[in-house]
Amino acid sequence: MRVELLWWEGCPSHPETLRDVERVLAEEGIEATVEQREVKSDEQARAERFPGSPTILVNGEDVVPPGEGEPFTLTCRVYRLRDGRPSPTPDREDLREALRRAA
Amino acid sequence: MRVGEKAPGFRLPDTNGVEHWPDGVTAVVFTCNHCPYALAWHERILDAARDHPDVRFLAVNPNDAERYPRDSYEAMRARVEADGGWPLPYLRDETQEVARAYGAETTPDVFLLDAGGTLRYRGAPDEDYSDPSKAAAWLRGALEAVHAGRDPDPAETRPVGCSIKWRG
Repeated sequence: MRVELLWWEGCPSHPETLRDVERVLAEEGIEATVEQREVKSDEQARAERFPGSPTILVNGEDVVPPGEGEPFTLTCRVYRLRDGRPSPTPDREDLREALRRAA
Repeated sequence: MRVGEKAPGFRLPDTNGVEHWPDGVTAVVFTCNHCPYALAWHERILDAARDHPDVRFLAVNPNDAERYPRDSYEAMRARVEADGGWPLPYLRDETQEVARAYGAETTPDVFLLDAGGTLRYRGAPDEDYSDPSKAAAWLRGALEAVHAGRDPDPAETRPVGCSIKWRG
């Protein structure tokens, strides 16, 4: 399984996101290394189809696919937790489901 | 700007075009539409404003709307209207001069001024964006201290959030 964490330095959320991903991987007993990649420019964001930081890809698929028409740019992503609250990081259960689907 | 220094004055328009400025004890909160940290703390800031009608709360959006259209003046107005109004004005810092003068770094970034316009608290609303029960405790504690004539403790915390989007 390939797990990638794409991030931009304008958002401070990627260390917490990395911890969350590694924790869920461990809880699920999945052996995978999280590849981290910094996105540094809007050009790179468009090329990588990066809708904001952080973005987690499992086998190339976004664990929380962005909405239709979402621009690819250097920005901070707004995720929704399962109780509806906005969050800079995905709900861990969404991560878990994505990893289970790919396992 | 450091705690203990006099804050610069300003006048900025709200989403109805009405100008506002610091006057008396004032909480200046740099915030925006697009940042998840600002959104996560938003209701706590609004609750603090509702609970302190004697304090002037000013929300200020300084982000470059050209690169971040979600922070445009029109988007700010639409957000306030969609929410049915806010208990504090949402101001547009189009030139970013106010954010620069204050040394704001993130959204959110809270600056509490006493009645004399001196900065008494600067930083995050509370210790954890992800825990609504924290209830903007650092800001509320600083407000109580200022009202009681004490120094807030803490008087300064690290602002946590998205970097302010400066114009290129």
